[in-house]
Amino acid sequence: MAQLGGACLILALAVCAYGIGASIYGVRTGRAEFSESGRRSVYALAGILTVAFAVLELAFLRNDFSFNTVADTSSATTPTFYKAAAVWSSQEGSLLLWAWLLSLWSTLVLFLTRKRMRDVSAYATAILLGFGGFFIALMVFYATPFATTDPAPAEGVGLDPLLRHPSMMIHPPMLYSGYTLCIVPLAFGMGALLARKVDAEWIKATRRFAMAAWLFLGIGIMLGARWSYSELGWGGYWGWDAVENASLMPWLTATAFIHSLMIQEKRGMLKVWNVSLVLATGTLAIMGTFLVRSGILSSIHAFGGQTLGVPFVILIGVLILSSIYLVSSRRDMLRSEHRLDSLLSRESIFLANNIVLVGLCFVIFWGTYFPLISEALTGHEASVGPPWFDRYTVPLALILVLLSGIGPVIAWRRATLANARRNFVVPLSFALVTLAVLLATGVADSKPLALAMFCCAAFVLGSVGQEYWRGVRVRRAIAGEPAPLALLALVKRNRRRYGGYVVHIGIAVLFVGVAASSSFQHASELSLSPGQSTKVGAYTVRYVRPTASVTPKYDPVHTGSTLSLGAVLDVTKRGKHVTSLTPAEDFYDSGEPAQGSVAHLIGGQPVSQVGMDGGIKRDIWSAIAPDIDTPRLKRIIEIGNKTIPLVRPDEGMIAIAVMAREYMRSPPPAEFHLIVSPLVMWIWIGGAIVACGALIALWPAPSTVRARVSVRARSRAARRLARA
Amino acid sequence: MSVLAAMLTLMLLAAVMAVVSRPLLIARKPDESYTPKRSELEAEREAKYREIRDAELDYRTGKLSQEDYEAVNGALRAEAVEILNKLESSERDRVGEEDQAAEEDRATDPAK
Repeated sequence: MAQLGGACLILALAVCAYGIGASIYGVRTGRAEFSESGRRSVYALAGILTVAFAVLELAFLRNDFSFNTVADTSSATTPTFYKAAAVWSSQEGSLLLWAWLLSLWSTLVLFLTRKRMRDVSAYATAILLGFGGFFIALMVFYATPFATTDPAPAEGVGLDPLLRHPSMMIHPPMLYSGYTLCIVPLAFGMGALLARKVDAEWIKATRRFAMAAWLFLGIGIMLGARWSYSELGWGGYWGWDAVENASLMPWLTATAFIHSLMIQEKRGMLKVWNVSLVLATGTLAIMGTFLVRSGILSSIHAFGGQTLGVPFVILIGVLILSSIYLVSSRRDMLRSEHRLDSLLSRESIFLANNIVLVGLCFVIFWGTYFPLISEALTGHEASVGPPWFDRYTVPLALILVLLSGIGPVIAWRRATLANARRNFVVPLSFALVTLAVLLATGVADSKPLALAMFCCAAFVLGSVGQEYWRGVRVRRAIAGEPAPLALLALVKRNRRRYGGYVVHIGIAVLFVGVAASSSFQHASELSLSPGQSTKVGAYTVRYVRPTASVTPKYDPVHTGSTLSLGAVLDVTKRGKHVTSLTPAEDFYDSGEPAQGSVAHLIGGQPVSQVGMDGGIKRDIWSAIAPDIDTPRLKRIIEIGNKTIPLVRPDEGMIAIAVMAREYMRSPPPAEFHLIVSPLVMWIWIGGAIVACGALIALWPAPSTVRARVSVRARSRAARRLARA
Repeated sequence: MSVLAAMLTLMLLAAVMAVVSRPLLIARKPDESYTPKRSELEAEREAKYREIRDAELDYRTGKLSQEDYEAVNGALRAEAVEILNKLESSERDRVGEEDQAAEEDRATDPAK
């Protein structure tokens, strides 16, 4: 089957080359049949890559270790759930996933635009196939997922234990969907510039794809944060890591684009800005993939086994240069059709929000690539840490949240000061009441930035709440509907507006969680023996007893660990039991027999299993690092290595069981990391609200399926409009 | 390459050829209702309608004063009328061109 997969890749590359040629020939000569053939090449590419992906997925599920990728990233003992996800844990598999997702999204957008924007979509087809061709060429010439070894090894290395987490099943496909969806507006933006048709039509055609890219990237980022919080054992959800930043940057520019495109749609303004944002978002998406896959910057999330740096650098260089050339050579066409009517208008707020978002992106870009920049300039690789990022991003985030509350209460085009003053009464009251309550209770006395964020978030809630209230009131006055029906009808008829407002609420809730959990966190790292206790914030944590479990490798319900050592912790507050936590550390087979017949069974990378009690008010988080280097435990391993042959892993597991029993009998002190963080759950709830709002805004409005009106009907409408 | 893999590859190749070459082999009548200009105008019209609805909602929810609303609404409706007129004239031009082409056809081939 590897041969079929390899043939698919070569066929796919040929289809890309043909499709690019046919599309460009078709649009240049006006021969629509060639453009149509080029478009169909994308459909064919999606079909071929679906077959290729199915071949690789089947190889993983069937434990076909003749595939090098399967042998390197899976094993017979890897649970089936994780085998399916192991495809994208490898360099080669993730490249295939990227190309496959891009082909699917490209097919969808080209199918939806098949009767519109023929010139633009022909160029866009060529560009999309160009990106597809690039990734397929990487697989054909650098990192093929279908390379085989004969004879096949009896067993594979297994999936990286860090990736054995449910969110890892969804996180990479979400992130890659986001990255690949970012390419769709980029291709249409470039297509519009090449075809010299820079009106609002290409924006209209790709707006949903930009929003979907934003949504998928957002979900991917949140899942990554959740994985980091519950799997990496350091207790945080965001560490300003290079790969985390790489996914955040296109999300920020996409957020800016989603706002500013409305100004182009409505006013024919900001054409240069919008097309530049689209090109920047697409380029940042490619740079995000490059960071994960090239290994150029050290990151806990980087999974690049070998360097693909040079081809990516060439692609990014071509993208940047061609973007600059296209925008500058078409600048006459990109002139704004109107000017801002008033500084007090929603357009102005959107502009301010764009500047803040792009500013945030620039700060993160600088901090992320600083190691490369410093190495290039001084020869020494220096990096900046979270405090540097916090110094610049926190004030910008505050302004952003505040603007997300101001925008909804300001009208398009122009707003009078008197109206604006009236509209600000409720949101400002919310903010002031919050400020008064927090100052009175002394909760946020020493944390002015957190206090400011809580007030800004209250301002947003007041502003959006007022908008919903007034909208429902208007709807009730017009249609005489009861409030719940009026609310539904209001949202249904204005999905973009009210879906967007829900997103603003989600962002405010999320930032409240971030501000509270980072400002009011209590953490402790210490060594405890059974029976000892410590204070973390208002809680007392007592190490009650150790736990140990031996899991045979072939147990399919577990993550595949051989040994798990942990603890039972009793958490009390003012003498009352609050919860029990059971953190553990899982040990995995290293797959390296040279370590010894017993030692290799637990010689892999240990992975923390966090013990956590999460709630709406606070999370109590714990991780353990048990000491297995005690003389007694080491002695058991040494004896096992000497007496048990490598071919008897079952006997090796008996030695591991003896070791676990010894650990239980006389447990050594263990290192604990204990954290009490308020409102962490608000981050996940905020993220879910954002996703719901985005779905509401994305959902097709009834007007888009409206039947085409006749000329006569349009004339009637024109007369009515003129009279009105 | 195994026989099965070779057969599957050939089947895939045949399917790809059929999908990609279809527009080149079967001449399809072009969609005459499509013109880039009209498509562009339709996008503008949708955006303008949305803007009118938004302005009305802004007014009704108290974000625009009566005076501002009347000014904005008037301007928006005038812009919408302009777009609809352009759409209408582009439609008339297209129908005129089609009629002229049909007449020319009849003149060259009276049997039609």
